[in-house]
Amino acid sequence: MSELLQFLFSGVTVGAVYALVALGFTIIYNASDVVNFAQGEFVMLGGMITFAAHAAGLPLPLAAVSAIVLTAGLGVAMNKLAIEPARGAPVVSLIIITIGASIFIQGAAQIVFGKQIHSFPAFSGDAPIRVAGATILPQSLWVIGGAVAVFIALWLFFTRTLLGRAVLATSNNRLAAQLVGINTNFVMTLSFALSAGIGALAGVLATPITLTAYNVGIAFALKGFAGAMLGGMGNPKGALVGGFSIGLIEALTAGYLSSTYKDAAAFVVILAVLFFMPQGLFGRKSTDRV
Amino acid sequence: MMKLTPKSATLIVLVALIALSPLLFPSNFYYRVGALIFVNAIAVTGIVILTGYAGQVSLGHAGFAGIGAYACALAPVHLGVPPALAVVLGAVLSGVLAYLVGRPILRLHGYYLGVATLGFGILVTMVLTNERALTGGPDGIEVPDLGLRGLLGDLGLSLSNGQFWYFFSGLCMLIGAWIALNLYDSPTGRALRALHGSEVAARTVGIDVARLKLRAFVISAVYASVSGSLLALQNRFVTPDVAGFMHSIEMVTMAVLGGVGSVLGAIFGAAILTLLPQVLTVFAEYEQMVLGLVMILVMIFLREGLLPSILKKLRGKDE
Amino acid sequence: MSALLSIEGLGIGFGGLRAVDDVSFSVRAGEILSVIGPNGAGKTTLFNMISGVYRPDAGRVTLDGQDVTAMEPHLLARRGLSRTFQNLQIFQSMSVLDNAIAGYHLRESGSVLADLLALPASRRRARDAEAGARALLARVGLERAAEREAGNLSYGALKRLEIARALALDPKVLLLDEPAAGCNAVETEEIDHLIAEVAASGVAILLVEHDMKLVMRISNHIVVLDHGEKIAEGDPATVSRNPAVIAAYLGTEEAPHADG
Repeated sequence: MSELLQFLFSGVTVGAVYALVALGFTIIYNASDVVNFAQGEFVMLGGMITFAAHAAGLPLPLAAVSAIVLTAGLGVAMNKLAIEPARGAPVVSLIIITIGASIFIQGAAQIVFGKQIHSFPAFSGDAPIRVAGATILPQSLWVIGGAVAVFIALWLFFTRTLLGRAVLATSNNRLAAQLVGINTNFVMTLSFALSAGIGALAGVLATPITLTAYNVGIAFALKGFAGAMLGGMGNPKGALVGGFSIGLIEALTAGYLSSTYKDAAAFVVILAVLFFMPQGLFGRKSTDRV
Repeated sequence: MMKLTPKSATLIVLVALIALSPLLFPSNFYYRVGALIFVNAIAVTGIVILTGYAGQVSLGHAGFAGIGAYACALAPVHLGVPPALAVVLGAVLSGVLAYLVGRPILRLHGYYLGVATLGFGILVTMVLTNERALTGGPDGIEVPDLGLRGLLGDLGLSLSNGQFWYFFSGLCMLIGAWIALNLYDSPTGRALRALHGSEVAARTVGIDVARLKLRAFVISAVYASVSGSLLALQNRFVTPDVAGFMHSIEMVTMAVLGGVGSVLGAIFGAAILTLLPQVLTVFAEYEQMVLGLVMILVMIFLREGLLPSILKKLRGKDE
Repeated sequence: MSALLSIEGLGIGFGGLRAVDDVSFSVRAGEILSVIGPNGAGKTTLFNMISGVYRPDAGRVTLDGQDVTAMEPHLLARRGLSRTFQNLQIFQSMSVLDNAIAGYHLRESGSVLADLLALPASRRRARDAEAGARALLARVGLERAAEREAGNLSYGALKRLEIARALALDPKVLLLDEPAAGCNAVETEEIDHLIAEVAASGVAILLVEHDMKLVMRISNHIVVLDHGEKIAEGDPATVSRNPAVIAAYLGTEEAPHADG
């Protein structure tokens, strides 16, 4: 029993990171129909910049905030320089552009931060908390709490604020949104800033547990993408459920079946789900208009 | 004068390039680079059929390259078949697997198809990495000699290893291009291009969309498999990276970068992207950044791909 | 002569709204039946159900005596049902000729292996299809545009290309969704002749068209839809005098008068 609980703890922790990445995917996808494979690099940058700023003498909270702000700025720059000029390009081209951005950021990070593995201290110490025979790190609580807080904040933003509704309107129908006076370019900018910021936050929260290096981004991107697709691309609730599911499936597979095949399990489940629900768990069914 | 069809024009250009390029090679090393270009071009020709003709995206085609590669490493040792037959075995296995996997996942569209193929590729990589007893794990495994070079030597045609693989891969690429060009103008190719243009309209003219997508998927999987086999045989060694996500992306990028709509364009893309790292070694640590930048810039400014854009420019000047 | 295509009680709803409800009619070989009604009356939705693009949730479609309700479009094509689209569905990046040849798919497709190796059988099939397609293009006045990329053609030309593609199937039943939209007077007249000619060859034609002059001139029978329901049917003269039809069209610019 305590064993199961232990696996659940680790699954929920990793799942929270995946959920944050998946939320990032969702926000950008909704605003622009682009699946941003560079999403994982935001996670890497969040961890890396925090590490560098902290090592340079900044207090940890300040280092974390500066990492999130800088990464959000980078997200905006990426939108302006690589995504907006390619509007209307086919899906394959957009995949190549965002993967190109991902490789570019990785290359830059390798030069700036080196190839070593980095980390910084956990926020509330390293003493494990005992719960019913299992243990959980305080940092895990930060990660889980972070994911839930971001989700609630996003939910409030999209349902309660005028700006959030404008974003939703743009994702439903870009042209119509422009006609009612929504500045869709601003919505795009905002979405990339939000998405990059959330990715960076995930990196800040997770790095004390997972450590970081210039090349960790792509794995986060693939898992987050998988989570978002599992939940149904474009649906924030789906992203949250999808992300946590992937984390749990991985942890349970690693615990009970085979740790070497934990990455495979998530994709087997995705293939199975898409077989029965081609739009993911919460995706909308689209009807061709002819 | 007889008018050249695009098909014969493409084949003539390719033959000329294969035959004449060695005249410009500063050293024997370039035979090796050339062979690598041809091997990549074979996989990329498969992507042209799947993505260029039929409009379907795969982010996991390296999985099939992995199957082709490991077939050449394992079948001769465990089944006692000659390496040449192992290539065929790998291609058949890839084709069958593509058929089984493709049936359920080709119903998916766009990014959903992307994640499903991605999952397939990752599963293959995982098996190759983790079944150490069979595959040698992440460190890779040795591949036996194809034996064809020795045979040619006995017949009095002695080639260096680099030369042999250059011409042999070149020949395979030519055959692959010829088949893909045949397909383009054939009823099947037309149906594939039609469903790319409009699935609804394709259905109403009687095209069984699911079945045709599956055919394109199987054919392109065989291309990827043969490419993987040749890569393994040429290197005499293979690691699970051959099936990895980055290799899948590389295939798609080569095709789209050069111009996924035409065989020649895609092969051009394969050449550029294979040569780029050789050139970029000059930039050493900036290699990755430049590669990423090239991917972004080409997709933004030369949307149809390098070759079509260049040709358009040239034609524009003529007029 | 018995009906070639008949629909009984056909209906579909989208999220509580009945887009089409309980519509029945039938078409005989050689007959031209027009479906008219104000915008949003459900005409295209009806076409989409008959041609298998949408799955109806009520009713039956019978083609040549067999129940084909909700059958996949490519199987319907095999049984001789062919259509055009209101919002063009052209293979944009293919040549005009290739678009027309695509209509021969069922007759030209054979073994994939033969296609991959360009065996004589494959080349012969392709050649036969090309000859047929060129003849069809000539019939719709597009023979000189054969080698052009379809995406570069005018709207009216594309409408005619779609008709050519649909005819390439050698259909028993042909569904035309606004074939004259975007065509000038001369082109409309050409389409008018073409439709009459095709019908005379024994094809059952189902037509949705906003050009009332055209509809009144060539239809044998007219079905009027409003809010997804059939409100009237009959020959052109009867329908254009029907008070319910006139009421449905009031306030819209297009009254169904024979003189349009």
